[in-house]
Amino acid sequence: MTWTVVIPDIVAGLFLGAFLALVAVGYSMVYGILRLINFAHGDFYMVAAFVSYTLLAAVTVGTKINWGNVVWVGIVTMIAGGVLAMSVERLVYRPMRRAAILSVMIAALGVSQVLENGVLNIPAWGSNYLPFPVTPPSTGFNVDGVHYTWTQVVIVAIAAVLIAAVWWIVNRTMLGTAMRAVAQDRAAATLMGINTDRIISLVFFIGGALAGAAAVTSSLYYGQINYLEGFSLGLQAFTAAVMGGIGNVAGAAVGGLLLGILESVGTGQFGAQWALLFAFGALVLTLWLRPTGLLGERVAQRV
Amino acid sequence: MHPGLPVALVALGVAAFLPPLVQNTYVVSVAMQVEILMCLALGLNFVVGLCGMLDLGFAAFFAIGSYTTGLLSVDLHWPILATVPLAVVASLIGAVFIGTPTLRLRSDYLAVITLGFGEIIQNIVTNLNQTGGPEGISGIAPLSVAGLTITSTAGYFYVFLVLTAVFTWVSYRVRRSRLGRAWLAIREDEDTAQAMGIKVHNFKLYAYMAGSVYGSITGSLYGAAFIAIAPPSFGFNESLLVVMAVAMGGIGSIWGALLGAGVVIASPEIFRQFASARLLVFGVLLVLIMVLRPQGIWPETGLGLERRARSVARSVRGFARSSTHRSDEGAP
Repeated sequence: MTWTVVIPDIVAGLFLGAFLALVAVGYSMVYGILRLINFAHGDFYMVAAFVSYTLLAAVTVGTKINWGNVVWVGIVTMIAGGVLAMSVERLVYRPMRRAAILSVMIAALGVSQVLENGVLNIPAWGSNYLPFPVTPPSTGFNVDGVHYTWTQVVIVAIAAVLIAAVWWIVNRTMLGTAMRAVAQDRAAATLMGINTDRIISLVFFIGGALAGAAAVTSSLYYGQINYLEGFSLGLQAFTAAVMGGIGNVAGAAVGGLLLGILESVGTGQFGAQWALLFAFGALVLTLWLRPTGLLGERVAQRV
Repeated sequence: MHPGLPVALVALGVAAFLPPLVQNTYVVSVAMQVEILMCLALGLNFVVGLCGMLDLGFAAFFAIGSYTTGLLSVDLHWPILATVPLAVVASLIGAVFIGTPTLRLRSDYLAVITLGFGEIIQNIVTNLNQTGGPEGISGIAPLSVAGLTITSTAGYFYVFLVLTAVFTWVSYRVRRSRLGRAWLAIREDEDTAQAMGIKVHNFKLYAYMAGSVYGSITGSLYGAAFIAIAPPSFGFNESLLVVMAVAMGGIGSIWGALLGAGVVIASPEIFRQFASARLLVFGVLLVLIMVLRPQGIWPETGLGLERRARSVARSVRGFARSSTHRSDEGAP
């Protein structure tokens, strides 16, 4: 195996990695603040993809892409994803604040079932693979005989900008300080005058919005959507978040990119059927060598 | 006598008359699936319920049991019962393999490591030619016990009924034993348990091993009951069903695990009248149960340890008082 053979796989992995990173950041933030593996997070992504599908189908004539439309549909979808995540938190997770975290996780599985089967039972959506209403142009550039489109470049750039923005909010603003305080010690944060419920809502909104952004961009990239795609993507995103060091934005982003690249290279070198094994093998190895993940802070075990 | 014993015996007695009473293969086969999930849930209860470690890859042990039995039965024509010890050994190796690295980890990461282990096992059996690839293994010999060969659904209903009863009894005994109390101590407070001299790492490993034994024995008999096994039965969804049964019933509770398994399997069947919306209804039910009753349908009751602790504290206080009296008397 020479490097030139692997490079196209790495670049393809970068695209998958960008979507994974967007979903993983939301997953990781929710985990960081509630210690909850939110199994429904991948389904926020899926529902957002269907919302963007319906919006785009309504405003698109033919299959010609209108970037203005894509941009506002993207923004509305992000808001929709955020509102969905926030409502789920308000209706299901908040009443369970004092329950054992395993119970909340099972409730999250229930939410995931409801969202998937809800989409399945909406006549306009259903169980088939739906072709995305617009197809991005294939204009772009060639490197070493492999074609890349401008759309792909823009997708990675959007992911990078959004993740950087969230990183800035979490690490450089008052609001972010409040979030980290709630994540560290909810009771103490409450005593310091932080409205913890509102902060948790906000974290869910941000996570849902990032999932919405991932939904629009990945649907553009892959060109089709399905009601089952969210759950497995969510699991991969969770894996990515753990690999990078869960609970921090940069770790989730790095983990997402790395997992995307590993899966893509694994597919290229060993065949698609072994890609999952390759990715999980890498995860086990990562945690074996660095038990807190790649960028995870060295947290002392609770005493 | 334990107050739960009559209830358990009545339940067992009623269940024993189910096949002749309903005369309906569909109902009996659903009941058998309930029993299978009960067995798995009792196994996972050691890990999640008693020891307090989240395991999202429990189906892996089920797979190891099924495939070991399947391969030995089809390729080497071993009788099913002879394959069980080997299946148990194989899954114990799996338990050590998954248990050892996790002992170093933050407990938060357990979920994803076990999930990964489950996926890896499923991935391996899907891709190896030796395990039949995506089609799996078929033509597994039926179970024969004492010259009796079991082939009917009702027959396997009884096999799993016996297995469930045995597993329940063993679980009950183990929970009250030194081992079970050590697990409960670890679940409640790992550091205190360590300070009390419990070797936390060893006992966590024992929990995985106990769970894997249940999982693999269930898997072995599952292969015999269904003749054919295929990778989709051993995926993440199966693991989730088991976790769901344990959590819905009441984490740590043996009766809860049994009841949870019943609800998880039976309710989607009952909701069949809702056609394609049945899983939607199931999801809503799941969320409602967890929001309204987060401790589960039948939460665990204590071992009476608190009462015992109070009585010990009383006698210690009594002893302290009497010894003070003595020193008073001795004073000039």
